[in-house]
Amino acid sequence: MTPASEAELAEAVATAASRGTALRIRGGGTRAGLGRGPVGEVLQTSGLSGISLYEPGALTIVAGAGTPLSDIQAALLAENQRLPFEPMDHRVLYRTNGSPTIGGVVAAGASGPRRIQAGACRDSLIGVRLVTGTGEVVKNGGRVMKNVTGYDLVKLLAGSHGTLGIITEVAFKVLPAPEAAATVTLSGLDEVQAVGALTAALGAPYEVSGAVHLPGDEAVTAVRVEGFEGSVAYRAERLTDILGAFGPVAVERDADRVAHFWERVRDLSALAEGEGDMWRISVRPSDGPRVVAALSHPPAVMDWGGGLVSIRPAAGTDVRAALSGIPGHATLLRAEEATKARFGVFEPEPAPLARISAGLRGTFDPKGILNPGLMAGPGADIAA
Amino acid sequence: MEMPVPDKEILARKDRVVRDLRRLIADDSVISDPFETRAYECDALTAYRCPPLAVVLPRSTAEVARVLAYCNAEGVPVVPRGSGTSLAGGALPTADSVILGVARLTEVLETDFDNRFIRVQTGRTNLSVTGAVEAEGYFYAPDPSSQLACAIAGNIAMNSGGAHCLKYGVTTNNLLGVTMVTMEGEIVEIGGAHLDPSGYDLLGLICGSEGQLGVVTEATLRILRKPEGARPVLMGFTSNEVAGACVSDIIKAGVLPVAIEFMDRPCIRACEAFAKAGYPDVEALLIVEVEGSEAEIREQLEKIIAIARTHNPVELRESASAEESAAIWKGRKSAFGAMGKINDYMCLDGTIPVSALPEVLRRIGELSTEYGLEVANVFHAGDGNMHPLILFDANKPGDLETCERMGAEILKLCVEVGGCLTGEHGVGIEKRDLMTTQFDAPDLEIQMAVKDVFDPNWLLNPAKVFPLHVSASRRDA
Repeated sequence: MTPASEAELAEAVATAASRGTALRIRGGGTRAGLGRGPVGEVLQTSGLSGISLYEPGALTIVAGAGTPLSDIQAALLAENQRLPFEPMDHRVLYRTNGSPTIGGVVAAGASGPRRIQAGACRDSLIGVRLVTGTGEVVKNGGRVMKNVTGYDLVKLLAGSHGTLGIITEVAFKVLPAPEAAATVTLSGLDEVQAVGALTAALGAPYEVSGAVHLPGDEAVTAVRVEGFEGSVAYRAERLTDILGAFGPVAVERDADRVAHFWERVRDLSALAEGEGDMWRISVRPSDGPRVVAALSHPPAVMDWGGGLVSIRPAAGTDVRAALSGIPGHATLLRAEEATKARFGVFEPEPAPLARISAGLRGTFDPKGILNPGLMAGPGADIAA
Repeated sequence: MEMPVPDKEILARKDRVVRDLRRLIADDSVISDPFETRAYECDALTAYRCPPLAVVLPRSTAEVARVLAYCNAEGVPVVPRGSGTSLAGGALPTADSVILGVARLTEVLETDFDNRFIRVQTGRTNLSVTGAVEAEGYFYAPDPSSQLACAIAGNIAMNSGGAHCLKYGVTTNNLLGVTMVTMEGEIVEIGGAHLDPSGYDLLGLICGSEGQLGVVTEATLRILRKPEGARPVLMGFTSNEVAGACVSDIIKAGVLPVAIEFMDRPCIRACEAFAKAGYPDVEALLIVEVEGSEAEIREQLEKIIAIARTHNPVELRESASAEESAAIWKGRKSAFGAMGKINDYMCLDGTIPVSALPEVLRRIGELSTEYGLEVANVFHAGDGNMHPLILFDANKPGDLETCERMGAEILKLCVEVGGCLTGEHGVGIEKRDLMTTQFDAPDLEIQMAVKDVFDPNWLLNPAKVFPLHVSASRRDA
């Protein structure tokens, strides 16, 4: 099914709900592999494509959910603006083709290295339209960046993986693209030293917009600054002083090389190219080294100053059991279906929160037809 | 403003409810004397008052849980209260409700500079959160005007903003985790010192839910290193349109100031008379502030001033010292006080697309003539969050009602041009009955259905946010 309009989509969902037909919602298909399943009849959002409003002077863009991300980025670039949260491109990780859509970005709540400074996808998202599991069209938020009118369902929808509703339109607050950028790097640090260095950088008033450690034999620890030329030069110099306490520092000022480095960090390229289970673990940054140690130092990327550990342990490792006692959560990004079924893809919630989440799911999609099973817990049978 | 008729049956068992509450938590944490409960009869929306059945001021999350479990079992409505600074009536009680205040929960529980967060009890004031970390060079970014008095609990309930949110975001963008008590008395932890959830973003849903989904007793907040310096520039223009165009051009040029404040002539004159900040007598005034090191400030101000010059400013004043910076901010920061000095006023909070600014200001001017009430405009221009102040005379019969009707027209105008009813104050009771102008029935139905999940009996702050006729069947069930 590829509805050509929101009204058509709503009708299709209403029909599916009345028949109890499961729907598998698909944007560009580049994240197929995130979550369990999928099961059900494919419902494609590509018919809901196009930028309906873009006001550079108001830092606002509104687009249909099926709009290719590349269209959004091209329109923004023409005005020297960008999406602040640096959405991850999942094609390397999931070995998929196709073109990511903006609706898919939102459904996955995909955020990249800049999340630590500019916020997550949900922080830039200011409005959504959606079709619920009963085929009702609902809007929330709007096109203005300060809005506290009613409950913030915008945030709830970001990262809900299509299980609360099919997002049909999204509105974003965007930011100016920087004139310049620089990466300041250290080499050869272990995880504890590296997080120490990143903490020093993030604790300084220099607006670091990326802070990553790539462990291994040729470990690299890097921080990024972005902005006007003079400001970037100044802050790179200050950060060189600060990081100098941890070892010899190199500064990269070439725009293309800076961009390429952070793209590979964003997409977990080196890590994702290898085989095996991939986990995404969010903890307080100082616990990052404990996570890597608890899993016996498998290949990993420690982003967000150490707080986001993407890691590739031996297949079938019970990562959550290994990390018990470390506050945070672990998501199983990539694995065999049986492994996903065994552990559950998303961190199981404590009972009271699980009840609330189930209640919300039941409210938005009472028949359970939207991406059924995608967010199912450990052991749940999701056969169609 | 209509409020639900208090439940006579609850009023009749007041003594028993109070006695039970005193058994559940420390005796001196329960206030029932009608003389003392009067202190809780309103918040900062003082036009509406009603003393509650009783007030409880728990000293721990466990006590909050006991009170909520009891009220839930007994069917007694609960109105959560931070510091009572809501401009929207968010903490207005009904006669049959128990006010649950977090005023005694003010501790700092943890500060962690390596991980850049602070965990506090939510009765703590906004400013004192920064106070707890500023010696180490950190601050908590959201800065509502009431930050000296307002509590973090209320900031979370209303998703409060402030003058600096163009750069730093509002409460929801700076909130990492909460300890919340549900109406059933269950204590839940949402989020923490790590970023982002694995499953649904319940934290994002709680923030801004106006105390209708749960009572937040502890919060983990992101703290940031203070910038090396900050400096404002003041610009005067011959019309609102020109000032609006200047704002848009600054943003388009890639500069992201930490604040862009806008004042129109009535507001400039009132502030000048009150604060004597040395403001020029112009149609429209902008205060633009940038941050960074000395060189970074220079780099940004040069760009901003170059843009401003293309709009032929009649005044352009760059601060050259801390004293001059303070003088530039002095008038703006005393705007509400200055208005209060000359008149009673109603402060609106609608947000509009920045591009609609000239049109909206023109139409507000027309409404002002039509209703015969003066309006002064002061607002956060970078993000389109307007604060029209409608001046009225509370002692003049009918003036408040006229003012409210005019306020409603202005808010409808904000919605009409693509904006919203409230940018940072919240709906409360003030904008409750206007919700149908912004939302269609299914939009409100799904929000109310979300409340059903958290508070099936609709006992938590029930008469707020949703128009009474829309929520009646749920509240009366």
